[in-house]
Amino acid sequence: MTVTTTGDLPGEVYDVAIIGAGVVGTAIARELAAHRLRIALVEASDDVGDGTSKANTAILHTGFDATPGTLEARLVREGYRRLNTFAAEAGIPVEPLGALLVAWDSEQLAALPALAEKAVRNDCHDTRILDADEVYAREPHLGPGALGALEVPGESIICPWTTTLAYATQAVRAGADLHLNCTAGAITTGSHHEIATNRGPLRARHLVNAAGLHSDEIDRRLGHTEFSVTPRRGQLIVFDKFARGLVGHILLPVPTAAGKGVLVSPTVFGNVMLGPTAEDLDDKHATGSSAAGLSLLLDKGARIMPELLDEEVTAVYAGLRAATEHADFQIRAHPEQRYVAVGGIRSTGLTASMAIAAHVRDLLADCGLDPGPARELEPPRMPNLGEAFRRPYQRADLIAADPAYGTVVCHCERVTRGEIRDALRATVPPGSLDGLRRRTRAQSGRCQGFYCGAAVRAQFDEARATPAAARAEARR
Amino acid sequence: MTTADRTPRTVDVLVIGAGPAGLAAATRLAEAGVDTVQVIDREQHAGGIPRHCHHTGFGLRDLHRVLSGPEYARRHIAAALRAGVSLRTGVTATGWAGPRTVDVTAPTGLERITAGAVVLATGARERPRSARLVPGTRPAGVYTTGQLQQAVHVHHQSIGRRAVVVGAERVGYSAVDTLRGAGVEVAAMVTGLPRHQAHPAHALGARLRHEVPLLTDTTVTGLTGRGRLTGVRVGHRDGRTATIGCDTVVFTGDWIPDHELARSAGIPLDPGTRGPETDPAFRTGEPGVFAVGNLLHPVETAATAALDGRFAAGPVLRHLAGEPWPRAPLPVRADAPLRWVAPGRIAPDGPPPPYGRFTLRTAAFLTRPVLVVRQDGRTLHRQRVPRTVAPGRPLQLSADWIARADAHGGPVRIGVE
Repeated sequence: MTVTTTGDLPGEVYDVAIIGAGVVGTAIARELAAHRLRIALVEASDDVGDGTSKANTAILHTGFDATPGTLEARLVREGYRRLNTFAAEAGIPVEPLGALLVAWDSEQLAALPALAEKAVRNDCHDTRILDADEVYAREPHLGPGALGALEVPGESIICPWTTTLAYATQAVRAGADLHLNCTAGAITTGSHHEIATNRGPLRARHLVNAAGLHSDEIDRRLGHTEFSVTPRRGQLIVFDKFARGLVGHILLPVPTAAGKGVLVSPTVFGNVMLGPTAEDLDDKHATGSSAAGLSLLLDKGARIMPELLDEEVTAVYAGLRAATEHADFQIRAHPEQRYVAVGGIRSTGLTASMAIAAHVRDLLADCGLDPGPARELEPPRMPNLGEAFRRPYQRADLIAADPAYGTVVCHCERVTRGEIRDALRATVPPGSLDGLRRRTRAQSGRCQGFYCGAAVRAQFDEARATPAAARAEARR
Repeated sequence: MTTADRTPRTVDVLVIGAGPAGLAAATRLAEAGVDTVQVIDREQHAGGIPRHCHHTGFGLRDLHRVLSGPEYARRHIAAALRAGVSLRTGVTATGWAGPRTVDVTAPTGLERITAGAVVLATGARERPRSARLVPGTRPAGVYTTGQLQQAVHVHHQSIGRRAVVVGAERVGYSAVDTLRGAGVEVAAMVTGLPRHQAHPAHALGARLRHEVPLLTDTTVTGLTGRGRLTGVRVGHRDGRTATIGCDTVVFTGDWIPDHELARSAGIPLDPGTRGPETDPAFRTGEPGVFAVGNLLHPVETAATAALDGRFAAGPVLRHLAGEPWPRAPLPVRADAPLRWVAPGRIAPDGPPPPYGRFTLRTAAFLTRPVLVVRQDGRTLHRQRVPRTVAPGRPLQLSADWIARADAHGGPVRIGVE
């Protein structure tokens, strides 16, 4: 099991190097690691899933509204089935709440039958149009003016952080090398690829570009210009857990010519999310929220569910989607270069990730990679972060075996000392307090660290100091 | 959850929260002869917020001496233990299993505690940056005063080099002192109000001793920096903007009660304070459940919270002796520019609040205001306050009008002329 964060990369020539450890890159690493291959997964950040993957809307999509016949439609549909199965094995929280696409005007209402037909063409056969009475019976806290809705029972919410981490964990346990803090630079291609990085050269016979926002830059280094990434910012407001009782389904907007609206959705952590905005930007680092964006969301939220705005805001996020000039995913094999580009993966990438990975494995075979037979990998049992399932503070059996699970450190999210300790010792440990938050929920609650911030940092610092001190001791 | 997983316990009084209010209530009840008074606190150490407030000025009103926060907390803990209170830390109340029955998680296991009376003393916290909807990036180096003080005084963590403090109430000046003590330069204090709201001596001290400029009529419009904070964007009321370079920002004040347990019991909240609505005897809308301290008035001094606890002991004893649980009929509401009034319910034939007065807060500076109490358009009371009242500082209103209110009338409203 190898995760490196500093020092020169190993000198070996890997079978496959994957650039980018987001949800797509980690899924590809996991898929390939089931074969007898030497895999390097390199990531510029200090953690997996630290770019676009960490700030999405956390929905497991059926693919009902994809454009039929596209690669995205196929991979989302297939990925939905695969990820549902994997989540159950790995303990990734999923709640099959179903979605309502709520129509607020006659144009939106008129669009529902066509959406239902499109769903059928996407192999989603259980949608149903609800009249206004039924909509309010299902969602009594909706604001006035809803005319009807399309129900999509299969739409679910999922933990995006655990998903990426589970892929990375399984890949590393199966023998893949994960190199963090490793930024890919110039690429020379001969008998193998040599990728210059800040941690020395990385050598691999096959190359997969899963660099998300930067996938077009990598692609250009290999001489391709088929797509350009325009970061599309999505700002999200997360409301207090007391808002959870207001919302039963994922409330999606009806897409119309006037553009996509915003959604209101429960999260698996027991909060309610409002967003996202959709702003095309030039800056691939503009992950800040803006006053204009937040005020737009609050205006929309006031219309969809006025009571939501009476609740406290717990968090505000902004993420960048890797939008391109193309409507479909941009996944291309270049056999002459033994290279596969995975670009243009929109917010459906979370759902599609495992299907994308299987597709990329097949494309690599077209590029001359002989993956050999696949092994059955042991599913990683991930710590449960979901409110719909029992957590350690509720489990007498765990506490009896280890009192650290009865010692609550983060009070708002009820995260115990035992869970934080486990995360710090895990196969893929966090590189920062933010990474620890994504693994445990510590400090992600309503007080944002007022009570526990210093204690969580103390435990984090202590765990990080211990191995360093031990190494220093060994040198002496 | 099967009940077999939980150890059942029964106590006479369960106090939730071992800050000044909870400890004072428990001490008084145990001294009055109540058999089993148990205080639980989810923190590893009892004492509440004063535990990490290293400045002096605690205890004048309730202990009749001036102490540092930690020393003040120690005295309350010692008094509780002397009186025979069972004090348990590291014990988290996670929810309600029935009337006056609380589920808890502790390192020793899960329990279900049933009490004759439950006293909520869960305190208040500062709203964090996100709840204030301050836009920008999400870098490290963003604090509330509570987190800052624990980081410095309890865990001795390094903070940064240069800080901006948001808010100029008393707590903002505490944050300045803590930062300076930790070797952090304070670039500025920023308040959206026209002047600071602390005692003049605090403000003068910060200006002279620490050379901290105070930017008034100024709000924080954004945070910059990836990974670590690099600056705070500010905007003045007149349209000027600037970015102050800093690696640390502390959001102070803007208190909200920690009302999670109250609210999850279905106890009605006061729309002004956002704490449980109580009558002058600290009774909530749920029979057998009392509330005291800064859960009710975010926030007053530790001594005020502790005095709440002492006063509440009487009504708790009467409840244990079988006194009925009347619901005070009249809500008391504050109108803008007042933010809140406590207590939020009265009975015209019932007792007045402790010391015969209500506590209020204003959202704006008021110069010699006249407070007017009205019910259904009828004026019950007028009272001139012969001074300037600042937001975040105490404002008291006499309660000698409550007998004149109509028990069958509408809400009592308190406004300013």
